[in-house]
Amino acid sequence: MNRAIFGTVAAAALLAGATAQARDVTIGMQLEPPHLDPTSAAAGAIDQVLYSNVFEGLTRFSSDGSVGPGLAESWEISEDGLTYTFTLRGGVTFHDGTDLDATDVTFSLDRARAEDSVNAQKALFANIASTEAVDANTVKVTLTNPQGNFLFNMAWGDAVIVAPESIEDIKANPVGTGAFKFSDWKQGDSITLEKNENYWGEAAKLDGATFKFISDPTAAFAAMMAEDIDAFYVYPAPENLAQFEADPRFTVLAGNTEGETIMAMNNKLSPFDNKLVRQAVSHAIDRSAIIDGAMFGYGTPIGSHFAPHNPAYVDLTGNSNYDPEKAKALLAEAGYPDGFTTTLKLPPPSYARRGGEIIAAQLREVGIETEISNLEWAQWLEQAFKGYDYGLTIVSHTEPMDIGIYARPEYYFQYDNPAFQQLITDLDAENDPAKRTEMMQEAQKIISEDYVNAYLFQLAQTSVVNAKLKGIWVDAPTQAVDLTAVYWEE
Amino acid sequence: MLRYTLTRTGSLLISLIVASLVIFFTLEVVPGDPASFMLGINAQPETIAALREELGLNQSPWARYLSWITDLVQGDLGTSYTYRSPVSEIVAERLVISLPLAAYALALTILIAFPVGIWAATRRGSFADISVMGGTQLGIAIPNFWFAMLMVLVFAINLRWFSAGGFPGWDEGFWVSIKALTLPAISLALPQASILARVMRSSLLDTLDEDYIRTARAKGLTKGQALRGHALRNALIPVLTIIGLQFSFLLAGAIIIENVFFLPGLGRLVFQAISQRDLIVVESVVMLLVFAVIMVNFLVDLAYSWVDPRLRGRR
Repeated sequence: MNRAIFGTVAAAALLAGATAQARDVTIGMQLEPPHLDPTSAAAGAIDQVLYSNVFEGLTRFSSDGSVGPGLAESWEISEDGLTYTFTLRGGVTFHDGTDLDATDVTFSLDRARAEDSVNAQKALFANIASTEAVDANTVKVTLTNPQGNFLFNMAWGDAVIVAPESIEDIKANPVGTGAFKFSDWKQGDSITLEKNENYWGEAAKLDGATFKFISDPTAAFAAMMAEDIDAFYVYPAPENLAQFEADPRFTVLAGNTEGETIMAMNNKLSPFDNKLVRQAVSHAIDRSAIIDGAMFGYGTPIGSHFAPHNPAYVDLTGNSNYDPEKAKALLAEAGYPDGFTTTLKLPPPSYARRGGEIIAAQLREVGIETEISNLEWAQWLEQAFKGYDYGLTIVSHTEPMDIGIYARPEYYFQYDNPAFQQLITDLDAENDPAKRTEMMQEAQKIISEDYVNAYLFQLAQTSVVNAKLKGIWVDAPTQAVDLTAVYWEE
Repeated sequence: MLRYTLTRTGSLLISLIVASLVIFFTLEVVPGDPASFMLGINAQPETIAALREELGLNQSPWARYLSWITDLVQGDLGTSYTYRSPVSEIVAERLVISLPLAAYALALTILIAFPVGIWAATRRGSFADISVMGGTQLGIAIPNFWFAMLMVLVFAINLRWFSAGGFPGWDEGFWVSIKALTLPAISLALPQASILARVMRSSLLDTLDEDYIRTARAKGLTKGQALRGHALRNALIPVLTIIGLQFSFLLAGAIIIENVFFLPGLGRLVFQAISQRDLIVVESVVMLLVFAVIMVNFLVDLAYSWVDPRLRGRR
């Protein structure tokens, strides 16, 4: 009798243990967040762990990139497009138990746009003239100029709502409103989140999640194969993906990101100040060879600085199709019949290092010799980005909808075109979706036809996931590992 | 004796000061700005300026050096630029892995090297000696990260005896943690044990040729008694020197193994801090390591006098 009871209890305990275990998830990532405040650093790793899991904004990105209500349930836009009145959801509490109210929202926005703000995307808030907490659930934001993408901007990880009570310690102990709350950070190793039982929306299906930081690609492979981790977000070694695909234990997710991978040209440096030279360089490059050779086939060719999955995208790859003969002719026309020598500065990611070698070979075919130097990110920022000391460089621009950087003449590729700058100013002020689409297409065409940079491919996001784990975003409209809808299939 | 201690301490202080100057100003000339790194390529110049102000980077290098060094002597290692938490806390979290790992690897090194070295020395020239020494050549030649990957392949992926890496934390239990450190410790120990075994063997062979060993044998000791009673202790000095060097190396040089097993150790912290230009972390950790190496050498000096009483009188 006793034994029978004991057996039942043991079996029940075992079962409970098994299901409890299956409700957690361990996710591998290459980079560790430097700290846990998404509103004061550019590091994508911070958003990947915290966006929508721990912190939420007024609006939010969903998996297809569309922007929908977040902490703001609804909003009204005034006739002149200058005033946004947000109605906040009722019953939302921060993880420390305090209520979310309108003053938290005004605090967050005012902090981000303050003079001493260290928000990495301060430009998102530049157009805000004033914020006002009308009552506990209503916030009124007044803009200086009408701004068509204001709601889009408010969905960014840099615009999440934080509370003044917890701001002091936010870098080590983030307190948000999301479906998960921060639990523990073993620096250098992992960050653990646990389910927020008091979440205002649909509760998370997982009990908790651990993000484990594995920087070495070989170690990532081993950890995945040994099933120490359940998913590796943005798997760092595309050469192993075929092996994972063949293994029934895993699924490989290949989706789009917002990362336009470009070979930037220094538009104010001779010979790249000559449009014919830039055009020649663009025609000398075989995108499919780079995608196959450097990215093992993952990536979509682009002909301008715009994401192919965006509805306003126009395919402009034809402007710079692979044509080495034409490239040579253009070089001759520009006065460089024997080509020239320039620098090619490569930051650490494999798209740059591997892609750079292939590009160097392709450029040599048309007579352009490149001196490759491999740089760390900090060096790259100093030399190429800040110092304009480069001829060519390869970078993936991962911010969503960032064609506006071409309107900044001081930006590192130094493209200075008043007509384009005017177009972006007009676009910012335009609210009508049809007109916006038209203008965005115009913008894509201008920079494509000016051959500002050589447009290579849209960076793919490839993640390796346990075959039973469902609900992980395939595309990455922003850098986020949104776990709110992730679950284990029985 | 007092004079000896004073000069000794004086030279120790001078080497620490010189080291701090070299470390600080070498890193000073390295290009790169922690504030730009933190804020990325979309940030506006005034935002970067605001962050530089907040981090105190706008002061002159000398002012920063002085404030760093005065904090340092008071035991304050500063605040990390990127993590924004005290460097001492960050380092302490890493040391609870790096120290035990280094100690574990060193223990394995000694446990393997001593018997192997002694065994080979007593069978000089035999087939056993030659094959063991051949094996240690191989142990030195094989890169330890490659050996580590092989072990992961066999013991983690195929046999599933160990996890492929990571560290659960000491609060998860002593044996669990020791288990997590086992594969890394073995990979670290293999080349070190090979070196140490060779040193042990050759040092022992030297002493076995000495006259006093012949005398000991002549007065009737067996080969083993002569070895234990007379040869071993005399052979230990070069071995201790190597052990001291190895410990310093294992403490700071485990970075590749830490990467293979994704262990959050000191080596990875420094590597990460360098790439993020978190200079204060780099400076403070390197300074700590300099201090540790000096202390280890000091302890090795003490150990010399323990194994060789003649050295005690010399002071």
